[in-house]
Amino acid sequence: MRSRWSYVYFLFYLSLGFVMLFLNNDVSKAVITLMNIIVVLTPLVGTVFGVMHYYDSKEFTELLLAQPIKRSTLFLGQYIGLSLSLTLSLVLGLGIPFLAYGVLQSAAIWNFSSLLLIGAFLTFIFVALAYLMALSNENKIKGFGYAILLWLFLAVIYDGIFLISLLVFDEYPIDKFALISTVFNPIDLSRILILLKLDISALFGYTGATFKIFLGTNLGMFASTLILTLWVVIPGWFILRKAKKKDF
Amino acid sequence: MIKIEGLKKKFGKVQVLDNLDLEINVGGIFAVLGPNGSGKTTLIKSMLGMVIPDKGSIEIDGENVLGKYEHRENINYLPQIANFPSNLTVQELIKMISDLRGRNSSHEELIAKFNLQPYLSKKLGHLSGGTRQKVNILLTFMFDSDLIILDEPTSGLDPYSLIQLKDIIKEERKRGKTVLITSHIISFVEEVADKIVFLLDGKIYFKGTIDELRKETGQTNLEHAIAKILTPKNV
Repeated sequence: MRSRWSYVYFLFYLSLGFVMLFLNNDVSKAVITLMNIIVVLTPLVGTVFGVMHYYDSKEFTELLLAQPIKRSTLFLGQYIGLSLSLTLSLVLGLGIPFLAYGVLQSAAIWNFSSLLLIGAFLTFIFVALAYLMALSNENKIKGFGYAILLWLFLAVIYDGIFLISLLVFDEYPIDKFALISTVFNPIDLSRILILLKLDISALFGYTGATFKIFLGTNLGMFASTLILTLWVVIPGWFILRKAKKKDF
Repeated sequence: MIKIEGLKKKFGKVQVLDNLDLEINVGGIFAVLGPNGSGKTTLIKSMLGMVIPDKGSIEIDGENVLGKYEHRENINYLPQIANFPSNLTVQELIKMISDLRGRNSSHEELIAKFNLQPYLSKKLGHLSGGTRQKVNILLTFMFDSDLIILDEPTSGLDPYSLIQLKDIIKEERKRGKTVLITSHIISFVEEVADKIVFLLDGKIYFKGTIDELRKETGQTNLEHAIAKILTPKNV
């Protein structure tokens, strides 16, 4: 769409990419730094844009609803349109500086592309969640609040609970529990996927080994991609269900 | 023909439509009247599929239209409040809706009729309420559909545009179209409507011609006739 903000977002990533490369002077290191930013930032931006876009285009939606268009087409179109434009900003914004730096020749190309892929996944997931929140709440403030809370929960609070539970159950073998609870949070899953890709899982210690065994293999890779896909599909399905029943 | 049976809709605790039955024959102008909150807009939006009724069926030309969207191809709808995306220009909006419908539109003629030429390149957010309503009317009438639904079409219009609007509506009647209008402006209803459907508490209270309504209430003036319906009988 004709949104000024997606350009701003694009320019932000563009400059971020250049700055990272300049400061680190090494593609692999820049990828690690970027990961930390992307894993938290893409969900936040997806959330904010998702909610804003829904309320902003509400009038437009009402106009279109009186036209001969299928409801599911209309809402899916809006959702995919927004997610794609955000993903494009991310991929182009980071892609250009890294291409200029010569990422294609370096060994980090796979790490870099998986970083972008995960960024794209996170964008789609959080735009879907935000859209769902906005769709369920007529009140703008409420919708915005819930969406941000959800982001905060998954990005920060979840980790806190996770850590506390690790400390409390220190004496028990908890690697399975850790694995499962990670899988239920797309942000954590993404973070660990990238870390494993970067082959620095030794940092994780014993639990890290479990992760490595599970997620490091092809099967694990496949499974986690599947889970990320589910994180997109399930909220998407809920959006359709909600949209079908909603009165305008 | 439009056939509505047992239509029910609740918003929260308020029963807006309560077992409403209505049949509307093809051709002619029908005015849907009723006090505020009697369910006029909800009825219209149910027909369009924008509001999803709790119960009941709506058939247009013998086909159930609930949960479908194809029938909207043949409906022109004028919403009560003209909400447009404010960052589009009038021209862009017209073009977009025409593309969407993929049909011939007669917007040039209507632009001339409502003197909208100077506003074409202006953004919709910068237009006055009356001008926006004109754009609204233009978007409604630029396609040739069998059923035309107008929700409060007169709001904010200047007298000249009002005359134009009446002309257009009468023109559509001549061409055998079915026009549904809700309005609170009695003189407007009296002038254009063939039949009246009176909604009260989510039910059809009266359906018939203006003359029949006058006879039934014993009033010669339509405004008083309607007021009589609205006053409680035992007071």
